[in-house]
Amino acid sequence: MANPKLAVWKFSSCDGCQLTLLDCEDELLEIAGKLDIAQFLEASSAVTEGPYDISLVEGSITTPHDVKRIKEVRAQSRVLISIGACATAGGIQALRNFADVAAFANRVYARPEYIDTLATSTPISAHVAVDFELRGCPVSKHQLLELITATLAARKPHVPTTSQCTECKAAGTVCVMVAQGIPCLGPVTQAGCGNLCPSHGRGCYGCFGPKLNPNAPALSLQLADLGLTPPQLRDLYHSYNAAAPAFDTEGRTHD
Amino acid sequence: MTKGQTTHGILKDPTLLVAALMADGWRVIGPKVRDQAIVYEVLDQPDDLPRGLTDSQSGGLYRLEAGQPERWFDYVVGPHSWKKWLFPARQKLWTATRLADAGFEIEVSAIDWPKTVFFGVRACEIAAMTVQDRVFDNGMFRDAAYAARRADTLIVAVQCARSAETCFCASMNTGPGVDEGYDIALTELAGISGEILVTAGSDRGRAILAPLALPSATDGQIAAGPATTAAAAASQSRAMVPDIARVLREGLDHTNWEVVADACLSCGNCTLACPTCFCSDVEDVSDLSGDHAERWRSWDSCFSTDFSYVHGGAVRRSPKSQYRQWMTHKLSTWHDQFEMSGCVGCGRCITWCPVGIDITREAGTFAAHPHPAET
Repeated sequence: MANPKLAVWKFSSCDGCQLTLLDCEDELLEIAGKLDIAQFLEASSAVTEGPYDISLVEGSITTPHDVKRIKEVRAQSRVLISIGACATAGGIQALRNFADVAAFANRVYARPEYIDTLATSTPISAHVAVDFELRGCPVSKHQLLELITATLAARKPHVPTTSQCTECKAAGTVCVMVAQGIPCLGPVTQAGCGNLCPSHGRGCYGCFGPKLNPNAPALSLQLADLGLTPPQLRDLYHSYNAAAPAFDTEGRTHD
Repeated sequence: MTKGQTTHGILKDPTLLVAALMADGWRVIGPKVRDQAIVYEVLDQPDDLPRGLTDSQSGGLYRLEAGQPERWFDYVVGPHSWKKWLFPARQKLWTATRLADAGFEIEVSAIDWPKTVFFGVRACEIAAMTVQDRVFDNGMFRDAAYAARRADTLIVAVQCARSAETCFCASMNTGPGVDEGYDIALTELAGISGEILVTAGSDRGRAILAPLALPSATDGQIAAGPATTAAAAASQSRAMVPDIARVLREGLDHTNWEVVADACLSCGNCTLACPTCFCSDVEDVSDLSGDHAERWRSWDSCFSTDFSYVHGGAVRRSPKSQYRQWMTHKLSTWHDQFEMSGCVGCGRCITWCPVGIDITREAGTFAAHPHPAET
């Protein structure tokens, strides 16, 4: 039996999540042995036509062309997995959702009439059915490998939906908010990054998006006590996962 | 110090005891300063033992601060508990390898635990180990790795000479004085600079102390020990409601659960900082080849929605039901399950809650206004 065909697609994004796949250096040959990498332009210009068994989709939908193309991708993919904050929540470019895109284009481009873009940046799931969303800006290599392994084995991937705090506590990282008064989004953010920032004395920036059942209003009260002003609170929520509903709403509360 | 009796000696410098243990081949796990907190890690040298530090704790706040420079143990419990050593956050249970012909070969993970001393264990922490002993080695169930680690670990306790604002061990009858469950206990005497009363609590402890030939304690020094912990107990401002097990049993529909849920982040910090919380998840992982699989056990929490997942969905989905599960189990149904409270009054759930939810205050609310049911 032929290996399953893998396709990797890019929409509006920085390529960092695709790079995470290339960064699986030790495992890459094994992945290539288990999957027929049929479409992955960041790695190779050799392209095999669809349909594909697994499509990994990076990036958000920001243009009319994107809207059309993601439907074509969906139509030729058995399993479609969106990877990264752009594909799962709209990414940092979703800051446009809170502003006037036409005004931006007029300010930045000499010939804004050449710019054919949408007023919003939206996740893949807003346009087509998605089988699994892998969070992160960028995604974690460990979780990406687990997701590919689980998909090949037809089992559920182990991707926790608990808070970032659960990773800090398991690693023995001392809570930066409690012990140092550093503002941190960890209690409302989904685990997965390997508690990268808190283990280096920084608060969590929310790269993995809202955890399940986030209570951002309660966290904001504490962050305000630690000295954050409303604009700072707004900017904290409105970053890599600005358009994730819980962060979108909470950020607007402080606008 | 006289051999063979209840032995009391006087030690000027606790690093000498650490050095003696290290020289005798023990791995010493004890208090160490890291990331502006006292953590429990392997000591590399006797001088890792902190000195001249104290802490300030309240709901959602911990600060390590300069204390009296000559004193050794004026800080109390920090972010870590000994649970992380006896019941590790992640533990590989076994490895399976596919055989060439058919089936799998399963290799159970070996217990890798050199002879170890827990140095600086507080009374509430010994109580917490007793609670976890009942969970992991109770006649019906025995976690072999836990039991092996526990049996092969020497306990050097420290009597608390002060309490943090978050401490309520006195009301739980778990401290601040250490009465049992130790091999050696150290009491840094109040007001007598540089004198640590050393008490042997077991033959193992006596055997370690004998070669040190510590000068004997005077009757006055021996009597000063209990006075030290009594002062720490008297300074505690928080207390648990005495009949909280009944109060919660009768208050499952109390309106206060909604009030707590409004503040609760359901982040799980309280359960992970708690020295007795024992819930875990077991997951099987396979590699890309499909020829190799591992079973891992990792800390889980009643604040994880997946934790209560059964076929078709999770039983406890809302932060309200998750908090209620945590508090009622800890303080009420734990008695039904293990014939003891699951709380030892260490106050970690108060300090390390990012928004400072206080289990003693919530208990007080349930007790003061019984039975206001939701309508």
